[in-house]
Amino acid sequence: MFRKIGTKLILVVSVTAVIIIGVFSYFNIERQTEVLRAEVQRHANQLSESVKNATRFAMLKNDRDYIQQIIDRIGKDPAINDVKIMNKEGEIIYSSRPGNMGKMLDKQAESCYACHAANRPLEKLSMKNRTRIFTANPDSAQVLGIINPIYNEPSCSESDCHAHEPSAKVLGVLDVTFSLKDIEKQIQSNEIQGAVLAVVAIVAIGFIIGFFVKRYVDQPVKELVNATEQVAAGNINYKITNLGKDELGKLGRSFNDMTKKLDETSQQLYQSTKMASLGQLAAGVAHEINNPLTGVLTYSSFLLKRTKDNPQMQEDLNVIVRETMRSREIVKGLLDFARQSVPKKSLCNINEILDRAIAVVANQVKLNRITIERINDPELPEITADANQIQQVFLNLFVNGIDAIGQDGKIQVRTSHTSLSPRGITQIKNAVCGKTHSLIDPQHKIGGMSSIKMKIKSNGNEGFVYLDPIYGNHRHYFGINLDKGSSNNLSCPTCDMSLIDKTAKCPECGGPVYKIPVPNQGFIEGCASFKDIWQRWGYVDAAGEKKFVEIDITDNGCGIPTENLSKIFEPFFSTKGQRGTGLGLSVIWGIIDNHNGVISVQSEVGNLPAGKAGGTTFSIRLPQGNTKAFV
Amino acid sequence: MMKEHCNILVIDDEQVIIDSISKIASLEELTVDSSLPGKVAFEKISAKDYDLIICDIMLLEMDGFQILNELVKRNVDTPVIMTTGYSTIENAVKSLYLGAIDFIPKPFTIDEMISLIHRAMRYSKLLEAKKKNVESVLLVPCPSKYYRLGYSCWMNKELDGSVFIGASDFFVKTVEPIKLVELLNTGEILTQASPCAKFRTDDELAHPLYSVLSGNIIERNEKVIEQPELLEKDPYFDGWLYRIIPTEFDYEMKILIPCSSDRS
Ligand SMILES: Nc1ncnc2c1ncn2[C@@H]1O[C@H](COP(=O)(O)OP(=O)(O)OP(=O)(O)O)[C@@H](O)[C@H]1O
Ligand SMILES: [Mg+2]
Ligand SMILES: [Zn+2]
Ligand SMILES: [Zn+2]
Repeated sequence: MFRKIGTKLILVVSVTAVIIIGVFSYFNIERQTEVLRAEVQRHANQLSESVKNATRFAMLKNDRDYIQQIIDRIGKDPAINDVKIMNKEGEIIYSSRPGNMGKMLDKQAESCYACHAANRPLEKLSMKNRTRIFTANPDSAQVLGIINPIYNEPSCSESDCHAHEPSAKVLGVLDVTFSLKDIEKQIQSNEIQGAVLAVVAIVAIGFIIGFFVKRYVDQPVKELVNATEQVAAGNINYKITNLGKDELGKLGRSFNDMTKKLDETSQQLYQSTKMASLGQLAAGVAHEINNPLTGVLTYSSFLLKRTKDNPQMQEDLNVIVRETMRSREIVKGLLDFARQSVPKKSLCNINEILDRAIAVVANQVKLNRITIERINDPELPEITADANQIQQVFLNLFVNGIDAIGQDGKIQVRTSHTSLSPRGITQIKNAVCGKTHSLIDPQHKIGGMSSIKMKIKSNGNEGFVYLDPIYGNHRHYFGINLDKGSSNNLSCPTCDMSLIDKTAKCPECGGPVYKIPVPNQGFIEGCASFKDIWQRWGYVDAAGEKKFVEIDITDNGCGIPTENLSKIFEPFFSTKGQRGTGLGLSVIWGIIDNHNGVISVQSEVGNLPAGKAGGTTFSIRLPQGNTKAFV
Repeated sequence: MMKEHCNILVIDDEQVIIDSISKIASLEELTVDSSLPGKVAFEKISAKDYDLIICDIMLLEMDGFQILNELVKRNVDTPVIMTTGYSTIENAVKSLYLGAIDFIPKPFTIDEMISLIHRAMRYSKLLEAKKKNVESVLLVPCPSKYYRLGYSCWMNKELDGSVFIGASDFFVKTVEPIKLVELLNTGEILTQASPCAKFRTDDELAHPLYSVLSGNIIERNEKVIEQPELLEKDPYFDGWLYRIIPTEFDYEMKILIPCSSDRS
């Protein structure tokens, strides 16, 4: 129950509210009580003064009945508990309760304590010291008493009726006691009121906080959790909607960004994985089909040898043998496509290969009234490639172009050559440790290519770093939190052999340098602290700029809608229904990749009523150099 | 006690392969025995005396390479040929590296299989004769600084980095007399453990030679084409086939056998 952020927040806020409101109410009630009591005290004092004044004259005259009468009358007030006058010796000489008359008070008793604490006679006392609150008997209400000393005045000592010694300062004490029943009732109701108010306030705050937490914290958090679960379950396109402007909204937006990026990269990976799994499929099929093919081939050839005298049979058997041999080639092609075979490369002239490919489609082109325009680079260098495979690439592209045009149109074929710096275009296809363990990790791809995996130790953390396999690119992936610039140790994930070159220093930052052997192609070196992007591959740099041959094949056909552009290289993607297998472009992709080349596409969808011509250009770039693919 | 003799043992889990090889062998009047992969195979091998074992690589119970390893461990010197429907360069390389004398992808033609069996039977006899020190087999020793792939193709690196390659004496002796030598052209590319030359013999059979290294052909020996007997007379010097620039030298060297090891 306390697992939820919202509940926790509500709980914390509620506890704080309870404490604050509780303390506040407590002091508020305390203060109110005090004020009430002070009021009662003042009132009592006034009353006691009035009694004293009212009886003053009667006292002088020593008119005892009259004094008793006044006291009785005052004592009738229900708020007044008792009015009594004591003489110096503590004998009650007047009282509104007749039973009290003549009683002696113990000077130690509570009512006398203030004055007689030190056995000292009563003199001038402050009002506070003259009042006291006590409970007369345990089951009755509290009582407030106030004493008022009656001082010896000249008029008293000089009066002729009953003389007091002039030396005596205090003649007696007037003691008025009030019942506090009403006041207590009021205080109690105050307390109840305060408590009810506090509870109401706390509940109200709880509800308000609860509502806001639910609206602004709970729901967005729930949505975020839901979104991560969706993505984890594979629904990578899940988007968080209802994003606020606060931090949680920001979090949601970066979450959406993240899934978008994830989606893009997975799209890229998709193609290579699909090719790989298709390869596996092809390999499996090849294996299964080759056994029965062996039987057919053997038995038919066997019969062929046995029936030399039966020309009719020979003819038929020859067909079987021939077709079986053809099947063998097809299966072999499937294996080639699955990249299980190395292309048979030799020096070849792309312009000549194009001639041959065009000759194959010449008839079809003529029938569809399509013209093929050639723009040949006369200085096109020869490249090392598998001529048959490259011819198949061109053929597939021409057939696609013809399909896209239908009738009447133009296909332009242009060749050219360029040279590019090896950085940013050369893939590191092989990398090993000093003990020749491969560091290439096909599980972790960067930009669709297998990365270079190394063990990394940094500040006590241990994990893996995946280097970008393109020389000069730095889309490295760090499996651990890397404190850039700290001294990292890089080593082989298999044998832990260090990959740090202790004799070298990074020319940019002076830090350590990794040095990874690339079989037959020198070493890749780079900044091992990853503070900067220094990297060197002497072998490739020495070869200078890389020369490329480029072939652009443009048609003015229907074009490819944007949403299909990312799919056309996928195996089995076709918009041609029964007429297309959807393998054409994926085979092309495999062949070009096998040649270390790249193929890209640009397309515009035509809209003839609007007079807008469509068209598609496939551009292929093949490396001229003889750096054979490492398969 | 003499062990019962049989010419060929086929280890495969596909009956059609066993039947096919039996059919082909019957053309040459050879006897064929078959076995499923696993223990049974080893029982058969120790019970009978075979000239040749043909073993499939992709077997369910036991992978063909395991069988190959096991045979080496048990000191069985019967020549082994690997075959598979999943023919890749890697499988070919691995087979030869682990001691198979040859590799044949499925589906094979009758002629391919017959030429293979011919070589293997000759190989078997040569081995037998060598063991018994028969004078009539005069083997030309492979120079000690040479390296070879399996028993068939040798290489020798020159100071300038180029490499001469050719067919070993042992291989030539399993196919001679050679009537015709077919070579690839200069500029073409060789791939390790893929065919690089074809030797045709009088019986209309073609024997492929698997290349020892990958590389670009920069020169080929035209003299061998004119006089195929050069191969038999001087297989390690005048009988060379190609000069190449190797492309994966360090990497591929690891699976080659130094000829110096032949002398022990
Ligand atoms: N030049 C082009 N113009 C317009 N669309 C194209 C072009 N080339 C390819 N496409 C689109 O890409 C899809 C995939 O092409 P791909 O060559 O892989 O398969 P296919 O041509 O449909 O079938 P296959 O080539 O296997 O017979 C095509 O179905 C088509 O929609
Ligand atoms: Mg197509
Ligand atoms: Zn290692
Ligand atoms: Zn640095």
